[in-house]
Amino acid sequence: MPFEITTYQAYDFANRRHIGPSPAEMEEMLKVVGFDSLDDLIDATVPPSIRQKDPLDWGGPGLSERDALFHMREVAEKNKVLTSLIGQGYYGTTTPAPILRNILENPAWYTAYTPYQPEISQGRLEALLNFQTMVSDLTGLDIANASLLDESTAAAEAMTMAKRSAKSKANAFFVDENCHPQNIAVIQTRAEPLGIEVIVGNPDDLDPAAVFGAIFQYPGTYGHVRDFTGLIEKLHENKALAIIAADPLALALLKSPGEMGADIAVGSTQRFGVPMGFGGPHAAYMACKDAFKRSMPGRIIGVSVDSRGKKAYRLALQTREQHIRREKANSNVCTAQALLAVIASMYAVYHGPDGVKAIAQSVHRKTSRMAKGLESLGFEVQPEVFFDTITVEVGALQGVILNAGVANGINLRKVGETRVGISLDEQTRPETIEAVWRAFGGNMKDDSEANREYRLPQHALRESEYLTHPIFHLNRAEAEITRYMRRLADRDLALDRAMIPLGSCTMKLNATIEMIPVTWPEFSNLHPFVPEDQAAGYYEMIADLNDKLCQITGYDAISQQPNSGAQGEYAGLLTIRNYHKARGEGHRNICLIPTSAHGTNPASAQMVGYKVVPVKSDDHGNIDIADFREKAEKYSDDLAACMITYPSTHGVFEETVQEVCQITHDHGGQVYIDGANMNAMVGLVQPGKIGGDVSHLNLHKTFCIPHGGGGPGMGPIGVKAHLEPYLPGHPEYGSSVGPVSAAPFGSPSILPVSWAYVLLMGGNGLTQATKVAILNANYIAARLKQGYDILYTSETGRVAHECILDTRPLADSAGVSVDDIAKRLIDNGFHAPTMSWPVAGTLMVEPTESEPKAELDRFCDAMLSIRAEAQDIIDGKMDAENNPLKNAPHTVADLVGEWNRPYSREQACYPAGSLDVDKYWSPVNRVDNAYGDRNLVCTCPPMSDYAEAAE
Amino acid sequence: MTTYYSEEHEWITVDGDTATVGITAHAAEQLGEIVYVEQKDGGDTFEKGDEIGVVESVKAASEIYAPVDGEIVAANEALADNPAKLNESPEGDGWLYKIKLSDTSQLNDLMDLDGYKSFIA
Repeated sequence: MPFEITTYQAYDFANRRHIGPSPAEMEEMLKVVGFDSLDDLIDATVPPSIRQKDPLDWGGPGLSERDALFHMREVAEKNKVLTSLIGQGYYGTTTPAPILRNILENPAWYTAYTPYQPEISQGRLEALLNFQTMVSDLTGLDIANASLLDESTAAAEAMTMAKRSAKSKANAFFVDENCHPQNIAVIQTRAEPLGIEVIVGNPDDLDPAAVFGAIFQYPGTYGHVRDFTGLIEKLHENKALAIIAADPLALALLKSPGEMGADIAVGSTQRFGVPMGFGGPHAAYMACKDAFKRSMPGRIIGVSVDSRGKKAYRLALQTREQHIRREKANSNVCTAQALLAVIASMYAVYHGPDGVKAIAQSVHRKTSRMAKGLESLGFEVQPEVFFDTITVEVGALQGVILNAGVANGINLRKVGETRVGISLDEQTRPETIEAVWRAFGGNMKDDSEANREYRLPQHALRESEYLTHPIFHLNRAEAEITRYMRRLADRDLALDRAMIPLGSCTMKLNATIEMIPVTWPEFSNLHPFVPEDQAAGYYEMIADLNDKLCQITGYDAISQQPNSGAQGEYAGLLTIRNYHKARGEGHRNICLIPTSAHGTNPASAQMVGYKVVPVKSDDHGNIDIADFREKAEKYSDDLAACMITYPSTHGVFEETVQEVCQITHDHGGQVYIDGANMNAMVGLVQPGKIGGDVSHLNLHKTFCIPHGGGGPGMGPIGVKAHLEPYLPGHPEYGSSVGPVSAAPFGSPSILPVSWAYVLLMGGNGLTQATKVAILNANYIAARLKQGYDILYTSETGRVAHECILDTRPLADSAGVSVDDIAKRLIDNGFHAPTMSWPVAGTLMVEPTESEPKAELDRFCDAMLSIRAEAQDIIDGKMDAENNPLKNAPHTVADLVGEWNRPYSREQACYPAGSLDVDKYWSPVNRVDNAYGDRNLVCTCPPMSDYAEAAE
Repeated sequence: MTTYYSEEHEWITVDGDTATVGITAHAAEQLGEIVYVEQKDGGDTFEKGDEIGVVESVKAASEIYAPVDGEIVAANEALADNPAKLNESPEGDGWLYKIKLSDTSQLNDLMDLDGYKSFIA
């Protein structure tokens, strides 16, 4: 046979690996949609007036996987990994190897979505319930949530929660000067637009009558361990609330916030096995007394029962949240840090209370030895009572000692002009201690046998137990925890098993290659406040990623600080607010938001003190231009901003977007374009060029950061040049604008994911991905319109990258609710599409570009088979109550029990799409939501309850 | 005793200058399974249109707006332990408040049963 040169590009990541449909499949799909070519479809879908003129181009094609890794490795090596003893909320920690491999590096965990569909999320719901139990135990408080973005934002959330809950009518909030500087700064940023006065000072000077709440750091940022019981009593006498920001490892030894009488506790669980990662992501926690649970922000996992009365987990008290309460919600928090909370909870499961206590004691003993050595060298060490952090008075020697530390491979903390801070951790070795002593001019040997002293007096120690639940008392064999993690993972449906067609959520491929650099030590082991030259690789990566994001969006500058889309909205609105203020127009406070917007939009507007004025949608789901114009004119003098989503939340490219932007600008407002739907625009439309002044980008949607079962996320904002001076700053960089996050770059250790994605795809690949995302959505719409009405389309009859299936008629004709369809899809082997949003009673489907035709067809077959089942009910062939839709999902328990249903076991368990031997079995029957909210339990229930629940 | 209805789906049964207030069966049905009721304390005064409580189901939260001016005499404490009463008997045992009316003439702005029936039809 002659040797023929093939045209197949084996290393073309964009077209072979990331984009699902093959070229041949795309041709078949285009026929179904009714177009000759992909470009014809795009031309008919995206209005020509808004298309970008120049193609996206990095000056070369996308890199192969091998070349991308090579390049990223070169850049990573520009980061210098020293031992950081800087503390200030970030500590060295050891991620137990089984957790690293089986959770952090396991797509079964990191590709899952937020557990809104409880039946297919029982594994991570249990892990998160373990997290809540751990936090509740360690803090000594009644109820904990399932994580917040970082300790600083948790502290700011605690402040606003205290404002809502305290009976005190005071308007000031006290902040202990011993709080970490980033906590103080984020609290100040949050307080200012809300008109809350922040008093930073020494707790001894606190006037409890003048405040509605106070926050104390425990241990303090310079190491102090102080009992706040007396102060808290005084606050309570004045009807004010007390918040303690506590290090959970310290709480393994020290008296808990609950035992001191605190109402709320917050903190970071980073040092429970989550690498520092130059600032994040890590899971912050919040816990509170039972009386305040309805004021708590964030997701809370609760225990309920399923339709067989068996214990089942679910998200509880969702009415507190932005997707229901909008501007009346407790917070705009949406994304949490689920994956990191799972890691921290598994750290506690892995070590158990004995292990955690032993680690805490070891850290304290090492710190005591460190202090003793420094004292023997003649230095004054403070404080007298400490856990893991000491501060040393060094006078004029500060610079010399800090430099000598770096020369010995150690980063110490610069405190003021004459002091040096040292925080030890579980990774500290005798060599580390000796190196610090050398930096201080000593040449001693660390001897843990000879020096066994403690610096914690009896009265500071905790007496209460923690981690008492049996789950924290597994046999310590690795076999046990490995199998436990596997069992939990197997209960869940993540992207590694099936397409997750959630509209607005962009559950696209999280390619393995993109995840590889995340755990490189050069990215994962950097403290956020290391000297700048040690993070040169990070700066280079962030600059290059920002440059490419600017090219994609048409904006001029990017801030990587926001840790979620909602936080990006908040940061973007703050930027707008600061801009208006600087121009002497700080009175502008009206924010126009279409009624179809994400709930986070009004919730974020409320956080910057803006008044939300809703704008109607017309019959086609588009912004009602007449109503928009009328309201912009009415509030012309006070118009601050509008917040719109493009393409619209109804999944349509609206023709009028430029007009909306123009009207806003004409009345002095700024345009916020929500970037949630950026996956329909990359390479085709630039929000910064169609009238947007600021947008956030959900890197965890469009730019491939995995959803982690409900976080991490990243919500950087892009702005036009006139807004750049008002972007969030950070105290560590001496900026005048306040920060919105604890760390200057939010969660930088997951930025390699997005960076790898844009490098691998190239401008061409990214543009092709957008086109295929639109093709996939239009293909699904074309196939499903035989069974369901597509609620909104453009004037040309097209949908963008997602489509809304109108399932409401089935509720009337067959009594089949959108819930029934969602739960039946589990039997078919799918995660449900987005339910009842943005239109109640409907399903919104977003397939993304990553799904191959076969998977799209499996989904369409499943949806059509459900439609046929509903038809049988309409036609009277199937009972209206006892049918596969109402009884879904079906479990093994159903199958092996007595079968007296008017349909077969096969029909119940093996409907279209259910993959034969690879079928996904729901671990529980339908979860009873009302039971869970009426009988709220948010910690691991005692084993005995498991049996009782069944009765 | 006469019962009036508001456009915010509250009912108010008046006996002299005192009255009982609750949400209508229609409202309870629309909300679905109610899991929590937030109530004001006895002694609180309010004006017509003020928010005097929140009723939460699993998926929705709905504010209760005062249909008239008045003062809360008593809140139905049984609802705290058993919010399901609001679904079982919204216009009976599931009442929200006993109130004292400030201005009985405000009742004229409300609907009677037939009016309410056609309002929700």
